[in-house]
Amino acid sequence: MSAFVGKNADMDLTTKHIVFSMNVNPSFANASLFSRGADQERQSNRQALRELLFTSPNALPFLSGVILFEETLYQKTSDGNPFVEVLQENNVIPGIKVDKGTVEIAGTNGETTTQGFDSLGARCQKYYKAGARFGKWRAVLKIGLNEPSELSIQQNALGLARYAIICQENGLVPIVEPEVLADGPHDIKKCAAVTETVLAAVYKALNDHHVILEGTLLKPNMVSPGSDSPKVSPQVIAEYTVAALRRTVPPAVPGIVFLSGGQSEEEATLNLDAMNKLDLLKPWTLSFSFGRALQQSTLKTWAGKKENIAKAQEAFLLRCKANSDATIGKYSGGSDGGLASESLFVKGYKY
Amino acid sequence: MSCFISKYADELVKNAAYIGTPGKGILAADESTGTIGKRLSSINVENVEENRRALRELLFTAPGALQYLSGVILFEETLYQKTASGKPFVDLLNEGGVLPGIKVDKGTIELNGTNGETFTQGLDGLAQRCQKYYEAGARFAKWRAVLKISPNEPTELAIQENATGLAMYAAICQQCGLVPIVEPEILVDGPHDIKKCADVTERVLAACYKALNDHHVMLEGTLLKPNMVTPGSDSPKVAPEIIAEYTVRALQRTVPPAVPAIVFLSGGQSEEEATLNLNAMNKLKTKKPWSLSFSFGRALQQSTLKAWAGKEENLKKAQDALLVRCKANSEATLGTYRGDAKLGEGAAESLHVKDYKY
Repeated sequence: MSAFVGKNADMDLTTKHIVFSMNVNPSFANASLFSRGADQERQSNRQALRELLFTSPNALPFLSGVILFEETLYQKTSDGNPFVEVLQENNVIPGIKVDKGTVEIAGTNGETTTQGFDSLGARCQKYYKAGARFGKWRAVLKIGLNEPSELSIQQNALGLARYAIICQENGLVPIVEPEVLADGPHDIKKCAAVTETVLAAVYKALNDHHVILEGTLLKPNMVSPGSDSPKVSPQVIAEYTVAALRRTVPPAVPGIVFLSGGQSEEEATLNLDAMNKLDLLKPWTLSFSFGRALQQSTLKTWAGKKENIAKAQEAFLLRCKANSDATIGKYSGGSDGGLASESLFVKGYKY
Repeated sequence: MSCFISKYADELVKNAAYIGTPGKGILAADESTGTIGKRLSSINVENVEENRRALRELLFTAPGALQYLSGVILFEETLYQKTASGKPFVDLLNEGGVLPGIKVDKGTIELNGTNGETFTQGLDGLAQRCQKYYEAGARFAKWRAVLKISPNEPTELAIQENATGLAMYAAICQQCGLVPIVEPEILVDGPHDIKKCADVTERVLAACYKALNDHHVMLEGTLLKPNMVTPGSDSPKVAPEIIAEYTVRALQRTVPPAVPAIVFLSGGQSEEEATLNLNAMNKLKTKKPWSLSFSFGRALQQSTLKAWAGKEENLKKAQDALLVRCKANSEATLGTYRGDAKLGEGAAESLHVKDYKY
């Protein structure tokens, strides 16, 4: 085939299969929330948060994967169990963010490309040894009068493709994430047009680089109106999103795991649920890869206090279950307590 | 959307979906005057308009055949022809629930500086021609791009040129109400194995769908007419199940689900081979969000032609032969063909002609 069949091709396909067991979905728990500095106290806070999440009673069955930051991959629970083992024992596959953030593309109006290629292969090998089985790399595009530019689309598609093939060479399933930011006054039709153009470029690049689609996942934005534009119903978001994916994502891709962008926890769940209720042919599973939209109310409930751990874990379980229901179109609403309805939109969001 | 929604959008979507109706497929009867001449001379029939007309009348009036067809591709001349009793072919087809289609390309010419690679002509005045054809009753169109496999081919140039040509043709068709059949044929000629064919087919299809997106073509109102993935003509044959696996996998990796149907060309395969391969694909238990059907020329007409031999008294025999192949292929689209079609003379005969030119 035009796809590169690396020595870990079988592993890729097995991993893919596991990630897409019925009702079980990848989650997202990486460094964004504590990205300021690495002093001792903050490190122990980061460890405490992840321990809270990964030991939440009954939550792990709703997850098939967790994306980690490098530091977390090597951390342990307070009684000495490596996080990686906690996850593995609960059939949750550890994943690893491998990009090194974005930098501006000179000559553009604030458009970016993503860094992280230096020694990427060697790093992937290291992560594989530590138990990671999938990788994540976030490319970012924005909508503006003249954006995204052809340069930005090409650069980001190329970056994703190179990252993906390097992952596959080293046994990691690449999550391909071309995020089109929600920032802006544009309507949903504009977002749809840009998303389709971007996804078409991404899949052409993946083909050019011999990536085996059966061993990848896609993490796109949902198609929605811009942040400065009136909201629309989940049904409308579902229709535009699924139409865009049907026009660009080949059936060989086993699963699509949406990012939540700035959506509130409840919005993200309702939109995902609406997509899975849609009576339209969808040859890939539609699931979630949420960060903020899974952790927001949990974080606020915890507030860093030991005595709040149990309550915080309950909040986390609630979101996990809601999103699990949404992946089979069976979410009946009602888990939208105040915190869950809070918008998580931050202009020009940087991880 | 990134695609252009023409005023014919609903009709395009409806017609494209209809062509992909399970149990039906396309009869490619669009041989140019030159090409049909070769067919006629093989049965010692003179290449004059009346004979060309008579052959097509034979095909379109074959009792029971039209129910297995959702479309027939015609050459321009045929679009305006009638039965001997004066009924326009277009009306005959419409009454039989068959959409008339029209070949709109003007053949291939060589790409300078390549080793015999080609691109397809026909864009000049295409919109006006399409409007004319729509008025005459056509509802879909066909444009054949051709690529070949050899150590250094297809080149990136040939892939890009042909993909671009297909995309421009498709966009124009949609503006004029015709569903474009996108046909990037990779010739079977050569000693390469099936893996090589798969590799090339995937590259070519990926380039096509990128070009279609660039040109704002609405995929829901298109059809794809690809080659099946097979070993080269000078390479040992493989079983239909292998062809099915490689072909469907290549399509899974490149064809977005918005495309409603894929209608295979038969290349140089015999009538029976083509049917068995299509059947194997439809039996395959794997993700296939588009229907898999046929758009056969030679592989539907070969035994019919031989049975006819240009003689009035052979009409019934010839029409029976066509019905056999139509029914067999209809079953193949459902994966229910049992390989028991009464093989007409020549049904198992390879139809491969080296470096085939229409």
